[in-house]
Amino acid sequence: MEKAKELDELALKGEKSKSKIKKFFSQIAKDKYLYLLALPGLIYFLLFKYVPMWGITIAFKDFSPFLGYVESPWVGWQHFQRLFGNQDFFMLLRNTLAISFLNLIFFFPLPIILSLLLNEVRNQFYKRTVQSIVYLPHFLSWVIIASLTFMLLSKSEGVVNQLFVFFGFEKFDFLTNSDIFWFLLTGQSVWKEAGWGTIIFLAAIAGVNTELYEAARIDGANRFRQIWHVTLPAIRNVIIILLILRLGDVMEVGFEQVFLMYNGAVSEVAEVFDTYVYRVGIQQGQFSYSTAVGLFKSFVGLILVVIANKMSKKFGEEGIY
Amino acid sequence: MIKKSLGDKIFDFSNLIFLGIISIVTIFPIYYVVVVSFTDPIEYLQKNMVLFPENWSLASYEYLLSSGAFVQSLGVSTFLTVVGTTCSLVITSSFAYALSRKKFKGRKFILLLVLFTILFNPGIIPNYLLVKELGLINSLWSVILVSLSNGWFVILMKGFYDSIPDTLVEAATIDGCNDFTAWIKIILPLSLPSIAAFGLFFAVQYWNQYFNALLYLNESSKWPIQVLLQNMLIDASSSSLGDVDPLLQPPPSETLKMAAVVIAIVPILMIYPFLQKHFAKGVMIGSIKE
Repeated sequence: MEKAKELDELALKGEKSKSKIKKFFSQIAKDKYLYLLALPGLIYFLLFKYVPMWGITIAFKDFSPFLGYVESPWVGWQHFQRLFGNQDFFMLLRNTLAISFLNLIFFFPLPIILSLLLNEVRNQFYKRTVQSIVYLPHFLSWVIIASLTFMLLSKSEGVVNQLFVFFGFEKFDFLTNSDIFWFLLTGQSVWKEAGWGTIIFLAAIAGVNTELYEAARIDGANRFRQIWHVTLPAIRNVIIILLILRLGDVMEVGFEQVFLMYNGAVSEVAEVFDTYVYRVGIQQGQFSYSTAVGLFKSFVGLILVVIANKMSKKFGEEGIY
Repeated sequence: MIKKSLGDKIFDFSNLIFLGIISIVTIFPIYYVVVVSFTDPIEYLQKNMVLFPENWSLASYEYLLSSGAFVQSLGVSTFLTVVGTTCSLVITSSFAYALSRKKFKGRKFILLLVLFTILFNPGIIPNYLLVKELGLINSLWSVILVSLSNGWFVILMKGFYDSIPDTLVEAATIDGCNDFTAWIKIILPLSLPSIAAFGLFFAVQYWNQYFNALLYLNESSKWPIQVLLQNMLIDASSSSLGDVDPLLQPPPSETLKMAAVVIAIVPILMIYPFLQKHFAKGVMIGSIKE
């Protein structure tokens, strides 16, 4: 009796799960057009974002285009050992971190200061004009920024050097000078993005209750004190979150920017992971080794972003995901 | 209203001056390229630095536009921008819309897949090898396909579609629409302003495309404007312009370069007023993407 009951129950369960599967498929069939809408996007992501992830396997192989992905022999961590045992590795890491941290020190505070000052402008027309001007460089390509840089700073024809000569100074070598290369990049980033960076802070400032300013004024606070005691605390969280997220991004140095400003005289300070991968991988055809270099960079970047995101959530803010 | 104190007045005044200086520093390089590109070549060669030209001239532009290679690169960039933006919008918005519907089975999992592509990039080489395997090297489609969509755009667009209630779609279903026709007839018209904003940001991305073109397009006849411009900057002989009208006197390479830069900036300036309307969305895309 007991057994028969158990069997019955089992059969019932089987029926249930079968009908569940049936229900699942019938629901998909019912909404087939919805899935059809998602299909091109899904195929795109699988093919162009996930197949390359599988392609990472060649970092652990000795990839030869003739043998293909599958036939090429496995070599384990050999390429990584080569990378870490290489003098180039320390150069790449140093350059990447130097460029990133110079950005953090000199570039990061500027949008904050700029947005505080913009917020103090009472004349709306003036404010909007300044905004329209400083946002514009964000939309220009790095090729154009590089062109403008050459035009301004080149030793023979650059405007700045022409002015130096006009005022009786020596010409200064900006572009092929390894001492200032990192600062040159920072300057470019400032010119391109400092204005654009104010948007997020201005949005946060717009949310500040104007009564707080009234109260501060009645208490005798001048404009600096109002900025210090009302505006800044209001955007403190945004500042902290953006700083953390930038820290999570220190491995990312814009390929196009560095590549376009690169020249033989500054190669020691200009080579970063991405440009190195391009040179060794695409130009010299060492696919496996350069994939390993790229993978190292991406992997460290992934860990940093995950940590940064955890930290920003700790501050009670939404992370980037 | 409390009367402004002297300190406040000084603060306001110096603030205006300071922001004015920042604006001038920002706009000066752009002003300078425009001026030099329109300066008479002889005047430029004499002075070497021109802030206010006495003689204006279109010589650099005439010479540039007589170059087959230059005009072709403009054509390539226009093709990439128009076709690329259209394809990007279709694929990204349909995908994002489907993922925003709660009845979509497995949407959480797919969203995770999309999110992971933001956090982890397999790197230059695996992407390059994929394009090579697909036989797309030297095809303009390679540049379009690799930047067709990305996780940020999908997630931002999905966030927008989330605010469209299911009841709206259900009402349409009763009227005989399926999910596909409802998307085309109801959802798309509703979301047109938002789609336009994403379209503008896609368009800027395609017009400014440099790295992918450098990577995947080896034939100079396939180069978009950005790659040609970069080659013009490096070689002083302006040989990258190829055949030009032999009757024209070649202008100095500097004014020629400036004219090329101006031509590459003009489309951005043309859509800039429209971009301005959508800055809030742009900052979300821009601040995180790079």
